Amino acid sequence: MLKVENINVVYMKVIQVLKGISFDLEQGQIVTLLGPNGAGKTTTLKAISGMLRTEDGEITGGSIHFNGKRIDSLIPEEISLLGISQVMEGRRILEHMTVEENLLVGAYRRKDKSEIKEDMEKIYTWFPRLKDMRKRVSGYLSGGEQQMLVIGRALMAKPRLMLLDEPSLGLAPLLVKEIYEIIKKINRETSMSILLVEQNAKAALEVADYGYVLENGRIVFGGPASFLKDNDIVKEFYMGISSSGERKSFRETKAYRRKKRWFF
Amino acid sequence: MTFFLQLVVTGFALGMIYALVAIGFIIILKNSNAFNIAQGHFVMLGGYLGYTFLIVFGMPLWATILCTMAIAALGGIVIERIALRPLIGQPIISIIMMTIALSSIIEGLVTLIWGGEYKTYHGVLPTLTITVSKISIPSEPTIGLLVSATAVLILMLFYHYTKMGLAMRATAEDLQVVQSMGIKATTVYSLSWVIAFVVGVLGGILLGAISGVMTPLAEIGLKAFTVALLGGVNSIGGAIPAGIIIGILENLSAGYLDPLLPRGGLASVFPFIVMLIVLIFRPHGLFGLRKVERI
Repeated sequence: MLKVENINVVYMKVIQVLKGISFDLEQGQIVTLLGPNGAGKTTTLKAISGMLRTEDGEITGGSIHFNGKRIDSLIPEEISLLGISQVMEGRRILEHMTVEENLLVGAYRRKDKSEIKEDMEKIYTWFPRLKDMRKRVSGYLSGGEQQMLVIGRALMAKPRLMLLDEPSLGLAPLLVKEIYEIIKKINRETSMSILLVEQNAKAALEVADYGYVLENGRIVFGGPASFLKDNDIVKEFYMGISSSGERKSFRETKAYRRKKRWFF
Repeated sequence: MTFFLQLVVTGFALGMIYALVAIGFIIILKNSNAFNIAQGHFVMLGGYLGYTFLIVFGMPLWATILCTMAIAALGGIVIERIALRPLIGQPIISIIMMTIALSSIIEGLVTLIWGGEYKTYHGVLPTLTITVSKISIPSEPTIGLLVSATAVLILMLFYHYTKMGLAMRATAEDLQVVQSMGIKATTVYSLSWVIAFVVGVLGGILLGAISGVMTPLAEIGLKAFTVALLGGVNSIGGAIPAGIIIGILENLSAGYLDPLLPRGGLASVFPFIVMLIVLIFRPHGLFGLRKVERI
């Protein structure tokens, strides 16, 4: 469905952020991109959604295909019409507008009025908390509710692929769990594909089918989520658990980092 | 007392026109985050266009308004496409510089076509004098009030209850979000310039009828700025009471304070003084949207 082939991304014509990223994503799959800060996870999402252009970034090599159509030279509005919806990092709600208006913005390009109503109800059943707040100004919602709202807004566009950027950012563990359960449920019910970027590797690998680890603009590691979950390196770096199962101190991890060398 | 009421009522009409012009200013400010220096020049151009259609071509008022609005709508599209679209994503200061350039161009054009002379079309408008007990309102302010109030009402309804209005409000908050939802931001920008230009010329026709048309009419842009600051720079609804307050204050100070000074001229300064005082106590303006802060 989505095919990213060997893309390079350069910001402001000098800073190379992605150095040949390639991966595939099939219909109905959840694929997660893991990695430390500055690895290029968000940039990968922006390259797919076309959002790079508003930030002075540029895809200088490689190609991105979505359902057989090449999309790396399209503008964000066109890409979104093909059925790719991005949920940006940091809960980007339209804070002076009500919850319902936020959702309607998501459905802006759709013409089917009655179905929009139905979908809105569907979103309220997935996120019952939003239903009670639909006339509220969204800026005053709690963090978790705002995250639900931006996911709901992206769903209102009826995407075939959702790009989800760090839904767990700054949320309490229980809330993260709740949101991930809903994500999994939506994925099962609608067979919509999800490309998930996450720092919280544990939560992400719980729902994902596939995972890739990015570092310094390269994919250094990848495989089925069940494999990554049991992999010692991933466990140690991203979950803080050593191979013997106990928590490892940060100091030891750092010492190990220096000598690591694990490109494919 | 009659004098006072007379001043208040005509000030109210004047203020409604200011509010209309200020709404154009605020829409650009909300969507592009830039001050539109050329807003007052739209007003001036509107005044000259009004003169041309009313006097030179001898058209009735309604036809003049329609023709001028059509020209302005076209102008708005052209301005956005040629001058401002290339600046999307550039620093805001370059957009402001572009509006300064636009203001010079419009002023140059007006001087070229009309010679920048004082034109007036007083008395050409249909007579619509209203007399309530002792106060009688001349027809220019009455028409000004009616037309501008209608325009403001239509704009408010459009902005809050239509799909395009929803897109405009959303774009004002977050450009990237709107783009990721497939809304064409360029259409929204284009429309915002059309609105700014159209309300500008509309204000120009109405003000030209009241005070005559001259190139300094462009200073109304400054007044729109005052109205916007007083009402809250990002509040379209706030522009209406703020415009009315400024209009009434201006008239009252012209009526009561100016005769006290040997040379007068306090009327045009007084609203600014009030604005400054209000901003000291309410930095967001009277009705400005605050940044949402959760506790």
